Amino acid sequence: MTDAAIADAAVDTQPASYLTAGHTLLSWLTTTDHKRIAILYAVSITLFFFIGGIAIGLVRLELMTPHGLFLTSDAYNRLFSLHGIIMVWFFLVPSIPATMGNFLLPLMIGTHDVAFPRLNLFSWYLYVFGAAFTVYALISGGVDTGWTFYTPLSTSYATGYVVAAATGVFVVGFSSIATGVNFIATAHMLRAPGMTWFRLPLFVWAMYTVSMVMVLATPVLAMSLLLVIAERAFGLPIFDAARGGDPVLFQHLFWFYSHPAVYIMILPAMGVVSEVIPCFARRTIFGYAFMVYALITIAVVGFMVWGHHMFVAGQSPLANLVFSFLSFIVAVPSAIKVFNWTATLHRGEITFEAPMLYALGFVGLFTIGGLTGLFLASVPIDIHATDTYFVIAHFHFVMVGGTVSAYMAGLHFWWPKVTGRMYSEAWARFAAITTFLGFNATFLPQFVMGWNGMPRRYHYYPDVFQAWHVMSSVGALILAVAYVLPLIYFGWSLIYGRRAPANPWNATGLEWQTSSPPPKENFHRIPRVDVEPYAYDAFVHLPTTDDRAPPSLPSPASGGG
Amino acid sequence: MSDAATALREPWPDLDRQRDGVLVGIWLFIASEVLFFGALLLGYAVYRALYPEAFRIAGAETEVFYGSVNLLLLLTSSVTMTIAVDASRHGMRRTVIACLALTMLLGAAFLMFKGLEYSADIAKGLFPGAHFPLQPPQTQLFWGLYWVMTGVHAIHLAIGIAIVGVFALILWRRLLPIESPAMLGVATYWHFVDTVWIILFPLLYLVDRS
Repeated sequence: MTDAAIADAAVDTQPASYLTAGHTLLSWLTTTDHKRIAILYAVSITLFFFIGGIAIGLVRLELMTPHGLFLTSDAYNRLFSLHGIIMVWFFLVPSIPATMGNFLLPLMIGTHDVAFPRLNLFSWYLYVFGAAFTVYALISGGVDTGWTFYTPLSTSYATGYVVAAATGVFVVGFSSIATGVNFIATAHMLRAPGMTWFRLPLFVWAMYTVSMVMVLATPVLAMSLLLVIAERAFGLPIFDAARGGDPVLFQHLFWFYSHPAVYIMILPAMGVVSEVIPCFARRTIFGYAFMVYALITIAVVGFMVWGHHMFVAGQSPLANLVFSFLSFIVAVPSAIKVFNWTATLHRGEITFEAPMLYALGFVGLFTIGGLTGLFLASVPIDIHATDTYFVIAHFHFVMVGGTVSAYMAGLHFWWPKVTGRMYSEAWARFAAITTFLGFNATFLPQFVMGWNGMPRRYHYYPDVFQAWHVMSSVGALILAVAYVLPLIYFGWSLIYGRRAPANPWNATGLEWQTSSPPPKENFHRIPRVDVEPYAYDAFVHLPTTDDRAPPSLPSPASGGG
Repeated sequence: MSDAATALREPWPDLDRQRDGVLVGIWLFIASEVLFFGALLLGYAVYRALYPEAFRIAGAETEVFYGSVNLLLLLTSSVTMTIAVDASRHGMRRTVIACLALTMLLGAAFLMFKGLEYSADIAKGLFPGAHFPLQPPQTQLFWGLYWVMTGVHAIHLAIGIAIVGVFALILWRRLLPIESPAMLGVATYWHFVDTVWIILFPLLYLVDRS
């Protein structure tokens, strides 16, 4: 065999893609390719996911007995604060947008990259820079304020490294603003010919609406944290009650961001599930237009409900009533989405691949999370449940049962596209089912004990709650196994996995019409779109003999393709 | 126009589209900035409504001379920036670079006067703390807001000066053509920082001052 022939053979086994465009570490750290930046983000947030997970694992272990096992109360406070700060800002907020959004947005709308590729890379460096502050705060001893940084605890009484932790969150906020600006400009300016607004996949709509929330809500968090830093580091009184300052003002500013932040976490999850369910039910999504309106409504109304976090903070009864009403309103578009996903399944040819299992898990858990949210939106019930494990269980159903399930669904769904490899389907299904069981075992008991009066954040608790705490801790252990499993079989698939065809799930969407993994420029020729999204009923089931040529959609216009 | 071709960047199909894209991007960023300052202005509004008398007493102590000079400097800098944008449309390379340099200079002069004002404030003991000279204690809220507002604005301006400087250098070294769409982004940000001062100036120096 000549050298040239050997080289040809090598090219044949590893087709040119964005992954082969450069092999050095520097080629990754200086890349402006949205697909590589997505992977940089994925590696970083995975790291933080497990740091945050270990922190809460220790907390759950500690709560096995009513009087603690091995932690001081101070260390306990620092661990749950760390868990919250890391999971919210360094995992959940960037999770789906910064990884899948970055990877898929340009592919789904048919362009070469996001609008501002260098800003995109810059946003990842901001994330790393913010993370460095947080890791510094963590190594030097952490913070004991909880993830909410409430004043005056964070300004006058906290003993930890509040300034470093708040600075980390401040900086990472600008990374999500940069991502948001980039996504909105991309969706507006770079859609392929024929990709009209109402032909966009719902995932793109989710990225668009979530970007709006990121751009408009995050700066308010940044300012409220800056004011906490000004008070703590320089003694400038903004929230100091001794000099007339109002600590509740901090809560207003904080929740003006942090309630929309819940939608920053859930809207992308809804986008993922809206891609997965039609594909494995072989049906077009039910009520596409209403799915879009629902996303927009949730994003808009989500800005007007922050006051429901302060029903017991001395708000006027009128304000409570208005915030309560508006919070109930959010349930309407959320319910529309759940009904439409369900209606999509109706009469579908459903198959239960791992992404579908995760997505179905999402629908169920999100529904429970949403319905218990209605309990808390109602003022009298909220007064009973405020600051109990009922609240903890509620928002974990939305953020973990909802968002993390959807994140896993998307990870499995697009893994073949991203890496060009297939994972072990059997193990993945096992992990999906284990996640669902472990999750419910962890958080259903928390609803019960919360309703019975177990307060959140308490280190020591009355003996009557021990049985529930033990159940919850055992559930957390199962959940931990379910989250470590993908790390193993995904890692295995990178080396031993079967090569993925361009469209392993016979899915619609432009991202499946390019090779797996995609070439550096995404498409050799910019596609032209002349079909509606999710045209599964019109999908041609061709036997896929050639990996490079996926079955294509029928195109009414002859110029298509 | 080989010059215009080098201004075109991935993934834009043409320069007009790229120019629109820059505008969309910068205005979204400004929307974000408006909410950033908006949170601060909300705090100001709440405390002013709660403690009008304390805010009147505290507001009378700001250095209206420095504030006014700085208003003049920034307004002028927006004029030079506007000339730079117009000149870049007509490809007048030297005018663009000269105007950008002038804009930077005016911005730097603002920061210098701000520094003088800060030292005058500190000489009067107007940094909130144990020995604050004014009564009632709520006057410290005004001065707490004063330092945060003017400080955050000064940081924005310093970043603006750096951006204008780097951009002027890039144009001077001919790394980008003079018609580069980035000009609009730089100018819009500069005008925004100017506008913030137009809002802060009456709030901190003029309201309730007789």
